[in-house]
Amino acid sequence: MKRTLPILVVLAVLLAAIALVNPFFLEPAGFLAFVKRAAPLVILAAGQYFVIVSGEFDLSVGSLVTVEVVVAARLIDGQESATWWVLLLLIAVGLLVGLLNGVVTTALRVPSFITTLGMMLILSGAVFLWTGGAPRGALSEAFRTFGRGNLGPVPWSVLILLAAGAAAILLMRSDFGRRLVATGDNERAAALSGVRVARTRILAFVLSGAAAAITGILLGGFAGVSAQVGQGLEFSAITAVVLGGVALGGGRGSVVAAMAGALTLEALFTLLNLYGISGALEFTVQGVIIIAAVAVGALRLPAWLAKHPPRKQGDTHVA
Amino acid sequence: MNGQSLKQAGRPARPAVAALREIDPTKVIYLALAATLVIGWVLVAVDGGDFLTVETIVGIQQRSAALGIVAVGQTLAILAGSLDLSVAYLISLCSLVAAETMAGRDGGIAAGVAAVLAVSALVGLVNGMVITRLRVHAFIATLGTALIIKGVVDHLYDGPAGSVPDSFQRLGYDRIGPVPVSALLWAAVAAAAWFLLRRTRLGHRIYAVGGDEEVARLSGVRTDRVVVLTHVLCSVCAGVAGLLLAARLGAGAPTVGTDGGYDLESIAAVVLGGTALAGGKGGVAGTVGGVLLLAVLDSVFNQLEVNSFFKDVVRGLVIVIAVAVYARRRKGRQI
Repeated sequence: MKRTLPILVVLAVLLAAIALVNPFFLEPAGFLAFVKRAAPLVILAAGQYFVIVSGEFDLSVGSLVTVEVVVAARLIDGQESATWWVLLLLIAVGLLVGLLNGVVTTALRVPSFITTLGMMLILSGAVFLWTGGAPRGALSEAFRTFGRGNLGPVPWSVLILLAAGAAAILLMRSDFGRRLVATGDNERAAALSGVRVARTRILAFVLSGAAAAITGILLGGFAGVSAQVGQGLEFSAITAVVLGGVALGGGRGSVVAAMAGALTLEALFTLLNLYGISGALEFTVQGVIIIAAVAVGALRLPAWLAKHPPRKQGDTHVA
Repeated sequence: MNGQSLKQAGRPARPAVAALREIDPTKVIYLALAATLVIGWVLVAVDGGDFLTVETIVGIQQRSAALGIVAVGQTLAILAGSLDLSVAYLISLCSLVAAETMAGRDGGIAAGVAAVLAVSALVGLVNGMVITRLRVHAFIATLGTALIIKGVVDHLYDGPAGSVPDSFQRLGYDRIGPVPVSALLWAAVAAAAWFLLRRTRLGHRIYAVGGDEEVARLSGVRTDRVVVLTHVLCSVCAGVAGLLLAARLGAGAPTVGTDGGYDLESIAAVVLGGTALAGGKGGVAGTVGGVLLLAVLDSVFNQLEVNSFFKDVVRGLVIVIAVAVYARRRKGRQI
């Protein structure tokens, strides 16, 4: 909780700042619209969290999201009847890509940065090789409902986000969650105390793949089919996780904070838009804030822990 | 005196011992490069083409020069246990700085080059200081810098701007026999980096910091200073690549760095060359091999007129497989 608090405070401040400029934000509809827009990134960040807390990276999620959307469009091709088996297939693709990432990283001992970088090239190359360079086909109405439709007053994507968030929290409270954090904190100690380190990490990658599949399904509905739909999402997800105070290199941070980090990032975009800092300079502000947020987090640690020895030195450096 | 000479002897020992114990990945990459050349030559010959023409060889060098220069700089940062994701946007920025400063005048060349070197060194300094002083992970620090530069460049420019004089464009296109000037520039940068790493104190310190920062610090290395310096050098290399690309385009372009994918591609080339991503192991020779391998692959595919998306698939596979092979050779050690 102590580690989750700072990001929740930042999030609350940002949300309050948005509400000041735009009172509509305080109404349920306005707020739900914000959460709906943020849902894909929050789910993706939760998936990325599992991988990062186990001490690895997943750079392949951005192109995996693109693959999911492009594959869905081509296979469904506007037929409503195809929706359900395609949805199942998409989830399976996500799980499979995660499994491959995990196995190559653990069994072949390729650093995950390289494994998932290679996977990113392979995925984006393969999918456009298959469709001939540009997305083809169309999504069905039933498919798009998940990303942009509502169940009563509540958007489907918000419900899916709540379910995914609850599942992530439960997972982190289970034995698996403890094993995952132990693996990222000290691989050797975890292995010596009986954790099957490789299996735990593979599962983390599989979860990230599944999260990317769900994100793809939501974004396909929300934003439609394009070749750029997943572009840069891997960096946004990693940024969100790190904003939440999760240490790159593993072993530190909570999944709630990671998801709050994603909401914060989305709130930041919204706020910048409201204040008219749109377009290119948005990136500059984003860059400054990311560095500043992480720096503040890193600087605060020694002061807090002045009485206690730091638990792990140098975890701010390269994993 | 005795202790001094012991220390002197001790410094280079680490890479040397490591090289004895493990088969050198540099050899693997050059073997792979030779194999790719032979296979490519056969494939192109079967296809009815002629692979080893002067044109192809010049093409390979032209294609690899810019990436090669960036990758040499990236090697320094990675060896020190860091990495730099901001090089792609920095390249775009530097191409614009060069073209805007020169503004087509011959007299502006010196000023343009100086401005690019200053801007890139400053960006490297900022990267290094954020990483060491603010203790921000290199991944986030350089990603943040990348976003900052992207924002500034996209805000100021919509398309190509400025122009470089004809005399400067010769850097991009002239060649001496079969060797383009740009390749010579790359060779000079690589040789300088090789000399730095193998023959100077700073070089040994870079290996020490990348191998184990804490041990290096306890042995009296000012680790922060080393990390900052590698980032300055890495950014300056990106600046030089920006100059080269400006010379080739005749103008500055806000997307030239990202279109080339120089950030991830340079990291891939470094790792393909056998440098450990965690730092402390590897070198420039491997990186040069890695860049050449990527360029030869590209050239073979171009001649066979293979779909560009298929190229990406193969490139991804090659990178992962190569690193898996190196990992096998380093049995018992996690990279």
